Amino acid sequence: MDTWNYIEYGAWGLSALFGLLILIDWIKIDTTYSEEMLTSSREGVLEAMTEKHRLEGSDGTL
Amino acid sequence: MAHSDTDVDHTAHGQSMGLLRVLGPAHVWALGVGIVLVGEYMGWNFAVGKGGAYAALIACWFAGILYSCVAMIDSEVTSTVAAAGGQYTQAKHIIGPLMAFNVGLYLVFAYTMLEAGNAITLGFLVDTVAGMTGHEGGLDQRPFIVLAIMFLAWLNYRGVLATLTFNLVITAIAFVAIITIFLATSPLLGAGEMLHKDLMSGQASLPYGWLGILAAMHFGLWYYLGIEGTTQAAEEVRSPARSLPFGTLAGIMTLLIAATLTWYVCSGLMPWEYLGDGVNGAVAPLFSAAQISGSSALVWLLGIGTLFATLASANGCINDASRAWFSMGRDHYLPAWFGAVHPVYRTPYRAIIFLVPIALIFALGAPLDQVITFSILSGLLGYTFMPINMIMFRKKWPLDTIKRGYEHPLHPLPAISLMALCSVTYFAVFLGYGTQLIAMIGFYIVVSLWFHFWRYRFVKRADQFTMPWPRPRGY
Repeated sequence: MDTWNYIEYGAWGLSALFGLLILIDWIKIDTTYSEEMLTSSREGVLEAMTEKHRLEGSDGTL
Repeated sequence: MAHSDTDVDHTAHGQSMGLLRVLGPAHVWALGVGIVLVGEYMGWNFAVGKGGAYAALIACWFAGILYSCVAMIDSEVTSTVAAAGGQYTQAKHIIGPLMAFNVGLYLVFAYTMLEAGNAITLGFLVDTVAGMTGHEGGLDQRPFIVLAIMFLAWLNYRGVLATLTFNLVITAIAFVAIITIFLATSPLLGAGEMLHKDLMSGQASLPYGWLGILAAMHFGLWYYLGIEGTTQAAEEVRSPARSLPFGTLAGIMTLLIAATLTWYVCSGLMPWEYLGDGVNGAVAPLFSAAQISGSSALVWLLGIGTLFATLASANGCINDASRAWFSMGRDHYLPAWFGAVHPVYRTPYRAIIFLVPIALIFALGAPLDQVITFSILSGLLGYTFMPINMIMFRKKWPLDTIKRGYEHPLHPLPAISLMALCSVTYFAVFLGYGTQLIAMIGFYIVVSLWFHFWRYRFVKRADQFTMPWPRPRGY
């Protein structure tokens, strides 16, 4: 066994650690917050607050 | 984090919780260039193998025109569609749901396959470094492939600002490395070791004639493939109308410079037979050029540049694929479960998690050339959609009806040029990978039928169009 073999084990260990960190946080978030809140994002909401596009002679929007 | 409490309250009172708007033009640049720059470090040189060094240069510049059109078109449309999903969202608003569904899948497959390809490459690089430092018997590349994907997924999960700031730093270093080797080896400042005249004369100038130039076009895409990914940041930049065009156009200019310098350095130092063999010859041509220069400082710098470019590409791919998947979930084109935003980190966390095992399966179980071909073909289908999208956008919403952050010049010339260059590239791809091209088109036809006859019934048709756009002309 040389240094590179230890580095291989280290890489496996770090991979498992990052996977575990994601998994624990995912479970925590999904059990703490409601599904309605987690999926409440809507496209263009901020844009609607900051920019207005108008047709010449019309204020109709989609 | 301060945002979470506020967001919970807002949501309770009927407001939505979205992605975080924290990015600037430099992050947009880092996202676009970061995904692509690995193509300068490896892969582009297959074009040399197809038609010689001149063919690779012609392919480089023709593909440069193609991608300049892509960058201009994307800059104009995305400066008005300030939403995640990029071209998927553009297609949804401008063409229709079926086109949008297909474009969304093109994006997810192109980026996830590219991420897998980058992870495979990273494993190979670590193995090479181990061999250079005296390790015998080869290295198990799998832990490094898995680590690259897991670390970058974790980084993306934790927040977009840290993710793209990381990309900015490593991409800048990789770009500076290309400038440095050019200055060190060219007659401008260095010893002037270039041998273009000797290496590119006679039969070596165009070894396969004009057909070689056509064949080289397939790999000419490699110099720029992924720059269109800047549009995925649209919902997370502070000023979409300014940052997206600025970051995207600065990105394509950077890549045009990097691609040309890379070709100049490598074709001046290596014969085309060696340079064009990306499997048994110059696997990482810029690194090979550094080794030929005899400077250990350059070898280190280009080695680090290769590693950083690979990481930056995989990182940007995770960012982009997850935004496209998230947007499709948010619009119910896929299960709405994927449209969730992390209440603390404000990232599309379920989309990021879902794509991790897919990337791992392809990175650990599929050969690199097949993975990359699938990515390129998906990208090419996406580029074919862009000119149609642009022409319809200008027709439905002329310049005087909707505010744009950037108006691209000479319309419809860029759209027509892009369509023509896509046609040439399809032919070039068909010459080398005809079976894969037909198989993939067959796949997209099958999933389109599934979407049309089954999935679309779950889409809330009014909810998917929330942009405050005026009605299209002729509506």
